[in-house]
Amino acid sequence: MATLHIDGKTYEADPSKNLLEAALSAGLDLPYFCWHPALGSVGACRQCAVRQYRDENDKNGQIVMACMVPVTDGARISIADPEATEFRSSVVEWLMTNHPHDCPVCDEGGECHLQDMTVMTGHCSRSFRFKKRTFENQYLGPFLNHEMNRCIQCYRCVRFYNDYAGGHDLGAFASHNHVYFGRHEEGVLESEFSGNLAEVCPTGVFTDKTLKGHYSRKWDMQSAPSICNHCSVGCNTIASSRYGAVRRILNRYHHDINGYFLCDRGRYGYEHGNHPDRPSRPRLRSTKQSGLEPETTEVLAAIGSFLNEARGIAAIGSPRASLESNYALQALAGREAFSIGIAEASSAVLDALVAALREAPGGPASVRDIEHSDAVFVLGEDPSNTAPRIALALRQSVRQVSIKHAAAHRIPRWHDRAVRDLAQGRKGPLHSAWPAQTRLDEISKSAFCESPNAIAKLGFAVAQCIGEDSSSSSSADSPLQKQAKAIAADLLEAEQPLVVTGTALESEAIIDAARAVVSALAKAGKSTVRLAGIAAEANSIGAHLLQGQALESIVAKVMNGECDTLIVAENDLYRRLPHATVDALLDKLSKLIVIDCIPSSLTRHADAFLPAATIAESDGSLINCEGRGQRFFQALSPKENLHATWDWVGRIQVECQRSDTNPWPDLDTILAKMAADCPELAGIREAAPGAGFRIHNQKIPRSPRRFSGRTSILAHESVHEPKPPEDKDAAMSFSMEGSALQPPAALVSHYWSPGWNSAQALNKFQEEVGGPNRGGPPGLRLFPGGQNGRPHGSPSTESAATPDQLLAIPLYQVFGSDELSNHSAAVRERSEPLAFSLSAKTADRLGLADGDSLSLRIGEQKLTATVRLDPVMSENLIGIPVGLSDTPVTYLPLPAQANVCE
Amino acid sequence: MDRPLTEWILSESLPIGLKRYEALGGYEAARKALAEMEPKAVTQTVIDSGLRGRGGAGFSTGMKWSFVPLGPEVPRPKYLICNADEMEPGTFKDRYLLEGNPHQLIEGMILGAYAIESEVAYIFLRAEYHRSHQVLTEALAEARAAGYLGKNIFGSQHSLEIHLHSSAGRYICGEETALLNALEGRRAVPRAKPPFPPVVGLFGKPTIVNNVETLYNIAPILQHGPEWFQKRSLTEDAGTKLYGVSGRVRKPGLWELPMGTPLREIIEEHAGGMCEGYQFRGVIPGGASTDFLVSEHLDLPLDFESVAKAGSRLGTGTMIVLDDRTCPVGMVHNLQKFFAHESCGWCTPCRDGIPWIEKILEAIDQGKGRLDDIDLLHRHVKHLGPGRTFCAFAPGAMEPLQSALKYFEDDFRRHIEEGRCPYHE
Repeated sequence: MATLHIDGKTYEADPSKNLLEAALSAGLDLPYFCWHPALGSVGACRQCAVRQYRDENDKNGQIVMACMVPVTDGARISIADPEATEFRSSVVEWLMTNHPHDCPVCDEGGECHLQDMTVMTGHCSRSFRFKKRTFENQYLGPFLNHEMNRCIQCYRCVRFYNDYAGGHDLGAFASHNHVYFGRHEEGVLESEFSGNLAEVCPTGVFTDKTLKGHYSRKWDMQSAPSICNHCSVGCNTIASSRYGAVRRILNRYHHDINGYFLCDRGRYGYEHGNHPDRPSRPRLRSTKQSGLEPETTEVLAAIGSFLNEARGIAAIGSPRASLESNYALQALAGREAFSIGIAEASSAVLDALVAALREAPGGPASVRDIEHSDAVFVLGEDPSNTAPRIALALRQSVRQVSIKHAAAHRIPRWHDRAVRDLAQGRKGPLHSAWPAQTRLDEISKSAFCESPNAIAKLGFAVAQCIGEDSSSSSSADSPLQKQAKAIAADLLEAEQPLVVTGTALESEAIIDAARAVVSALAKAGKSTVRLAGIAAEANSIGAHLLQGQALESIVAKVMNGECDTLIVAENDLYRRLPHATVDALLDKLSKLIVIDCIPSSLTRHADAFLPAATIAESDGSLINCEGRGQRFFQALSPKENLHATWDWVGRIQVECQRSDTNPWPDLDTILAKMAADCPELAGIREAAPGAGFRIHNQKIPRSPRRFSGRTSILAHESVHEPKPPEDKDAAMSFSMEGSALQPPAALVSHYWSPGWNSAQALNKFQEEVGGPNRGGPPGLRLFPGGQNGRPHGSPSTESAATPDQLLAIPLYQVFGSDELSNHSAAVRERSEPLAFSLSAKTADRLGLADGDSLSLRIGEQKLTATVRLDPVMSENLIGIPVGLSDTPVTYLPLPAQANVCE
Repeated sequence: MDRPLTEWILSESLPIGLKRYEALGGYEAARKALAEMEPKAVTQTVIDSGLRGRGGAGFSTGMKWSFVPLGPEVPRPKYLICNADEMEPGTFKDRYLLEGNPHQLIEGMILGAYAIESEVAYIFLRAEYHRSHQVLTEALAEARAAGYLGKNIFGSQHSLEIHLHSSAGRYICGEETALLNALEGRRAVPRAKPPFPPVVGLFGKPTIVNNVETLYNIAPILQHGPEWFQKRSLTEDAGTKLYGVSGRVRKPGLWELPMGTPLREIIEEHAGGMCEGYQFRGVIPGGASTDFLVSEHLDLPLDFESVAKAGSRLGTGTMIVLDDRTCPVGMVHNLQKFFAHESCGWCTPCRDGIPWIEKILEAIDQGKGRLDDIDLLHRHVKHLGPGRTFCAFAPGAMEPLQSALKYFEDDFRRHIEEGRCPYHE
C-alpha cells in the first residue's frame, strides 16, 4: 500500500490504481465522467482535475487529471485547491453550453450522473448566451431511447459497446462539438449488451425504453434486490416497481458475478410479468363456462378436495422455479412422486455437470474468474446465447494477455487507451467447440464446428495431450489431434487456464471431456485451472440438488394409474416432453393443477389454476451455475391473488388438511424445513439475512427516502392511506421507513448516497472502487470443489450416421430460447423466427438455397422452417433453434437424427 | 553550402529528379552512413548537430531517435513517419521542399530509418497537397527502381519501404499521436502520453514521427558534419530555418536563412517591408498557435530560445503579419473559428470551450460584445492551458488569443463600448 496525502489528510492507497480511484475509494467526492471502474481511464472529460505537488516543499504544484495519474507512495494532491475547483466547475459549464435544460422531462432526471456532478462542482449560474447545437435522434430498437442533444461526449458508450462488449454498430461520428454517438443509420442496436448503455451513459442520451413505457422517477420506485432468472448465471439485479407493477431492472453489483453489466435478456425480460395475457386470477375449469371468476378461497378449496379425493398425487416443479417452490412441491407429493420437471436425458446431463462442478479445483469458476483467465477452452457451449454474461466475461479474458503485455511496459491496466494502443487487438487464446457459428468466433483462436460427439472427442483428445505432454505436433496427427495439441499447449502455457462447458448439447460425454481436461491440467501442475459450467435454467442446479424423479417416471406413475392428480408449477410440460406424451398424460389424469406466472400450453388444460408471482413479486432462492445460492426479494407486494408457488403450496397443504396451519407461513420457516430435509442445501439460509435482521431495530426500506406521493397512490379509491404491507418474509419494509444505514449487500435495494443520486453511488457500496461489495459479495457457494464423485468418462462411440442422414442439433438464441423473457414484448421483438442452420454443402446436396423452405421429421414430429446457411457448420448437421415460442413444436429431443420430408 | 534545404531547388514547379540530385551529391550521405556507420553513430551525429524538430515543438531530433529501443530483441517492425500534414494556417514551407526536391526527404528518411533500425516508413501527407503527392510518388518510384528503397539498400543489410499516405484532412492529424491513430484507420484523436511513440507508436510499435523540414536537414548534417551545421546559425540553435511571411507585406514569401535571423530583417529586407499605407502592428511568428509579437520584438533573433523568452514560440517559423488597418479581434476570431472547427472533440475544454470563445469573439466583432466577455475570454485562456486539456491543441489555440488580449486590449474594449468594429466604416 502507498501513502497518499489529500488536502492534508493521509490515506492508504493501492499503487496499482490511479488517483481518482484512490480518492473515491477513500470516500472522497471527486467528480468524473469518462472514467468507469470497469472501462478504465481515457482522460477525455477533464472533470477529475486536482492539484498535485511534487513534495511537501512544492507550494505551486500543477493541475493534473486524477484519473490519468498513478498512485505513488507519498503523493500529495489537493481536491479543494481553488483553481482545481474552479476548473472542475468550468468543465461542467462547458458541457452545459450544449446540454439542454430538460431535466424535468428527461428520464434520467433524479438519477443523473451529470446532475450529481453539476451539483458537486458547484456550477450553478450560466454565462453562455449563444445557441446550443442540436442533433437528430435515432430509432435504436425496442430497448433504448436515444436523445443525442443531451450528450456530453464522455465516450463511455462506444468504449463499453465496442471496446468492452465487442459491438460493431455504435460509433462516434464527426468531430469538434458535433461528435455524434449512434449507428451509421437508424436501426436496432445489435449487441445483446446494449441495455447497459442506459447505465453507462452519465446522462439521458441512452435511456431504458421499456421504462419509458411506464415511467416513474427513481425516487418514486420501490425496489428490492433480485436475481435474474433468464439464464443460469444468476446476475444480481434490482427490480423496481410502482403502482403494483415492475418498471425496470437495473444491474446490482456483484463483485464475483455480473459486476457492472447485465445482458439485454436479463434487463428486459422482466416484462413477462406485465404481459397483457398474464393469468393473474385463480381459475377453475368447472366455473369457466359460467364466466364467473371464482374467489381464491373457492379455488383453494377445490384444489383441496382434488387432492383429498385423489388416488395418488404427483408434483412437478421446474428448474426455473425457486428452491423453495420446488421443495414445497416435493414436500407435498413426497420424494417418490416429485420431479423437477426435466426429462431423464436432460437430468443425466445435468447430473454430469453438477458432478463436474463439485469436482472443479477451487470450486466452479465465477464470472470474475472467467474474466481473469488467460486461456480458455469452451467445450460444447454457446455462451453468447445461453449465458450472455459469461460471453461478456470471455471477451475480457482474451484481453488478459494485452493487460500483461502493458504491465511489462509499465502501463497500468486502468490506462485503457494506452493498453489498447499497445495491444492493437492482440488476443489471448480462446478455443471454442460448438457445432455452429457463434458470436465469440470473432475473438476465438480456433473454432471447432463439429457434431456433439466429435466435440467430446476433441475434449478427451485435449485431456490426453495434456496428460502425455505431447503438445509438439507430428505430421502423422489427424486434424483433430493437431487441434487438440494446439489447445493443450495454450492451456498448459496459461497462468490461469479455464474450461467452460455446459448442458447445451445435452451430452454427458462433453461434460466428462471437460472434466478430463481440467483434471489433466491439474495433474500437469496447473493448480490454477478453473472450470465453469453453464446450465439450462436459472435454478437447474438448485432443483437438481433436491433429487427429484425424472419426468418420465412421473408420467409412468400417471399412466399406470398410480397417480391421477398432478400439480405442476412453473413448467410447461409441452416444452419438456413430446406433445403426444403430454397429451396422453393429460388424458389419463383426473385432475391437473397448474401454478404459473405466464400463460402456457399447459395452463389451458388445468382443472385448477393458481397465478404465481414472478420473481420480482416473490421471495426465494436460486442456485446459479457456479453453485452459488442467492436470495431474491419482492420488489412489490403483489395483488392479493398472486403468491409465490411455495406460498400457494403451503396454503394447499392447509386446504387438504395435511396441516392445520400453513407449514411454512414465511420464507425463513420453509428455508429451515428445507435445510432439515436436504442438508446439502442448509447453507442456503446464509445467502441473505433472515426476516428478523434489523439495523438499530429498524428494517431496511425498499423505497428511497425521497419516495413521494405515497398518500396519493390510492387516493382515487380512498383518501385514507392504507398501512404499508407487512413483510413477514424479509428484513425489508414496503416503504421508505427504516434504517438509513447501508444494509448488507444481499439487502441493497437501491444505490444512493448523499450527493450521489445516480447508479454511480455504487462506489459507496464497495470496499474499494470496483472492489468487493461491502461486507463481501452476497450469496453462498455450495461447491467448495475437489469432491470426486463420478467415474471418468470416455468419448461415446459415434453413432453410425449414413452420409445422407442429418443430425439435428439444438441451437440457442439469446432472444427467443428463454421461456419467460419470450413473454416480454421488447425481448420478443428482438427474437428471430424459426430457421434451420446448415452448411452450404449440405444445402447444396439437398438442393436448397438460403431462404428456401425445408420440412424435417425428427422422431414423431414434423417441423417446417426456412433454411439459413451457416458458414462454419460441418456437413450433415442441421441446427434447430430451441425454446422459441412461435413454433408449432416446442419440444424436440435434440440432438437427434432428422429426415428430410419430401 | 549555406542553404542546405533549398540550395538545389530550381523552382517549385520543376522538382529535381534522381539523376540531378545524385549529380549534386545526393544520396552520398546515406550511402556512406549505411556502409560505414552504426545506427547509433548516426543518431549521435544528429544529437551533436543540435538539430531541433522543425514542426514547431523544437525537441532535439537526435534525442527523440535515441528513445527508440535498438537491437534484435525489440518489437518489429519499427516505424519512421514523416509528418507532412502541413495544415498550420500561414504555413507553406514543407510544401516548397516536397515539390522542389523530394529526394532529399527520401534520403533523410533512409538515414532516419537506419538510425532507429526501422524497416517501414510512411509519409503522412496533407490531403490537399495533390502536387506534392504526385512529385513524391514519382520520386519514390525512382528511388525504388534505383534500389535505394526496398531490400538491402546500397548493398547494406538495411531494408526500407516508404509508403505515401494522403490524409483524409484534419488539422489534428498534425499532432503526432492523432496522426498515428489516423494512419491506423481510427478516429484522429490524440493518444495519452506516456507511453510515447518511440516506445509505443504506430500499431503499438516503436515509432518516430518527424517533420518534413527536420528530415531535410538529416542528409546535409551527415554529409557535412555537426560542426558545419551549427555554423549555419546565428545563435545557439543550430542550422538554417525556413522563414515565411504572409500578410500585408510587399513581397510575401519563403526564405531559407540562418537560424536566429532577426524578425526585422525578415520582414523589412526579405519580405520588403509593409505595403504602402500599412503599418506593422504585430505578428504571429510560427503559425496560428503562437503568441503575437509586436513592434518591441522586431529585433528579436528568431530561434527557439529567443522567441520563447519573448513569450511566444518559433513554431513553424512561418509568420502572419498583422497591420494597422486589419481588425485584431477579427483576426483572432478567424483563428478561433479555425480551431473550434478543427478540435477533434475528445476533451471537454477544447471541444466545448473553443466554440464558446469563437462565439464570444464573433459577438464582439459584430459589436454585440459585453464587457464581461473579456473576463470570460481570460478565464478560457487560463483553463485551456497546458496540462488541462488532453493535448497541446487548445493551449496552442490560446496563444494568439491571450497575446491579443494583452497587446490589443483596447481594440476589444472599443468594439464593446462602441458596439461596432472600429475597423469597418
